[in-house]
Amino acid sequence: MTPATKPILTRGLAAALACLGLGTLAPGGSRAQETPASSAPPASVQIDRGSALYGRPEGGDAAKLAPVAGPPLATAAAKLPLDKLKVPEGFKVEVYASGLANARSMTQAPDGTLFVGTRTVGKVYAVLPQAGPDGKRAVKTIASGLHRPNGVAFHDGALYVAELSKIWRYDDIAQHLDGAGKPSLVYDDLPKDEAHGWKFIAIGPDNKLYVPIGAPGNIVLPPDTHAQIRRMDLDGKNAEVIARGVRNTVGFDWNPKTKQLWFTDNGRDWVSEDIPNDELNVLTEPGKQHFGYPFCHQGTFTDPEFGWGHSCSEFTAPAGLLGPHTASLGMRFYTGAQFPEAYRDAAFIARHGSWNRTAKLGGDVVVARPGPDGKVASVEPFLTGFLQDNKYAGRPVDVLVAKDGALLVSDDYNGAIYRVSYGQ
Amino acid sequence: MRAVSRIGAIRGFAPALGVLLAGAALAAPDAAMQERLAPCVACHGTGTSETDGVPSLGGQQADYVVTQLFQFREKQREAPPMNDVAAGFSDDDLRAYADAVATLPAPAWSGPAADPALVARAQALVSKHQCNSCHGADLAGRDAIPRIRAQREEYLARALTAYKSNARPGYDPAMNEVAQGLSEADIKDLAAYVARL
Repeated sequence: MTPATKPILTRGLAAALACLGLGTLAPGGSRAQETPASSAPPASVQIDRGSALYGRPEGGDAAKLAPVAGPPLATAAAKLPLDKLKVPEGFKVEVYASGLANARSMTQAPDGTLFVGTRTVGKVYAVLPQAGPDGKRAVKTIASGLHRPNGVAFHDGALYVAELSKIWRYDDIAQHLDGAGKPSLVYDDLPKDEAHGWKFIAIGPDNKLYVPIGAPGNIVLPPDTHAQIRRMDLDGKNAEVIARGVRNTVGFDWNPKTKQLWFTDNGRDWVSEDIPNDELNVLTEPGKQHFGYPFCHQGTFTDPEFGWGHSCSEFTAPAGLLGPHTASLGMRFYTGAQFPEAYRDAAFIARHGSWNRTAKLGGDVVVARPGPDGKVASVEPFLTGFLQDNKYAGRPVDVLVAKDGALLVSDDYNGAIYRVSYGQ
Repeated sequence: MRAVSRIGAIRGFAPALGVLLAGAALAAPDAAMQERLAPCVACHGTGTSETDGVPSLGGQQADYVVTQLFQFREKQREAPPMNDVAAGFSDDDLRAYADAVATLPAPAWSGPAADPALVARAQALVSKHQCNSCHGADLAGRDAIPRIRAQREEYLARALTAYKSNARPGYDPAMNEVAQGLSEADIKDLAAYVARL
């Protein structure tokens, strides 16, 4: 392999670009609109900003905090933390499937087969819809040896899988659940940065493939190729940037009423225990909006380094705030019929849980209800109990409204899928 | 499998290993596990490796060893002959080997102390790149983050170089991220210093 070039700009270059107006796109501006997506590395100088630890203050209690990945082996079904999990009155939580080490993003085929990506173990799983005589659903490994295959999307019989820098399509996947399927390359015009390089993907109501590209570090002035969401035809052609200033989104969905794209975005680390919040954003004008990173966080807070000379009013403010450092990942609107009316069109959000905070926060699924103004009116706990005595008993990654209206929740720490149902 | 052929060759070391393990602070593996560890010890040493390019395993964090054995088995990390060695391991094997390896005594540097100029340069690098944040104040690791102090110098240099080029994808990308900012000279200094702790 060739050494990865870190397309991270120096401060001087950053200042020069800022003078040119690059990366400072105001809402309604059009400079970035229709920008062809390209991963051609810009002129760059390597400095040490790609690390998750960049920006950490020296010494003290901050030095005790660091991200730690979950184990590579799944927790045995009998040892899952089911008895610790809590749901609102009338709901029930059960284990849907176990033995899927590092289970991350989910998608479901019309026949109920659930596909699950991973970040650290290189595998993509399929969970068969019917439980066997032992009450357990069979888990197949449909692919292995992939590089951070976090993203999965099912469409027209095919499974789209996003590796760190390549997106593949496994045609007629139902006939290839045993791992023999040969994928076709859809798109690889993507950076290879490891930082925020793993991807959530989804196919929108416009039948286009949506692909995020995270910022290549905690707090950097991203090159033109990063900190954005792209959309493209299902064959990977006609890619365009539809949102900028997005630090790292690992979950999105389309509002069933407005058909607009809503997405979570993980805020920067090391500013403070308590700010900035992770964001829930709405894309109302594809290609025209900048969501603030790295200049403005949570819609109200200019960055201590990159915010000078800017105002948060230049950027699109979030529709909702999801707590500081909570690692808000998967989100989906509730479109099923099983849950009470109060949940209709509300958004469920999986908060993986903080690492950059002394008292951990998150490690749950919350429900965000949109108000009449299109903003989030409330954020309430829904599935809790993964966080016990400031330690994780599990970590939710993605949520999915199953065909029967139940909510499936993936847990990459235990390698399990839970099912939350109502009134059954 | 290469490892299998080694079992016979070093079986004689097993009793010695048993004595050694009995004195370890952690629960010593049972006799069957000592036998299983024998091929590991043949190359890696009883805690401290004497073999060029082969890392010391003593005092290593069990969660880290599980992760590496998993990566060998899945061929996510290529490091002959470990991929072949781990190919047939079950998940339980991975855990059992990791727990056993963790009981081996930690390596310690026994040569001359590091040159003060090297120490100054390397400590600045450790501070800049925040090695202590994950590996701990004494670089002995914790949970899935490895002990690196007193590891073999050439092994450390090779690991950092492979993280930087992404030839070795970390289980988690943390080391790939941080290694991007290291020059060849930085890697040389860090390896020399950490090996001499």
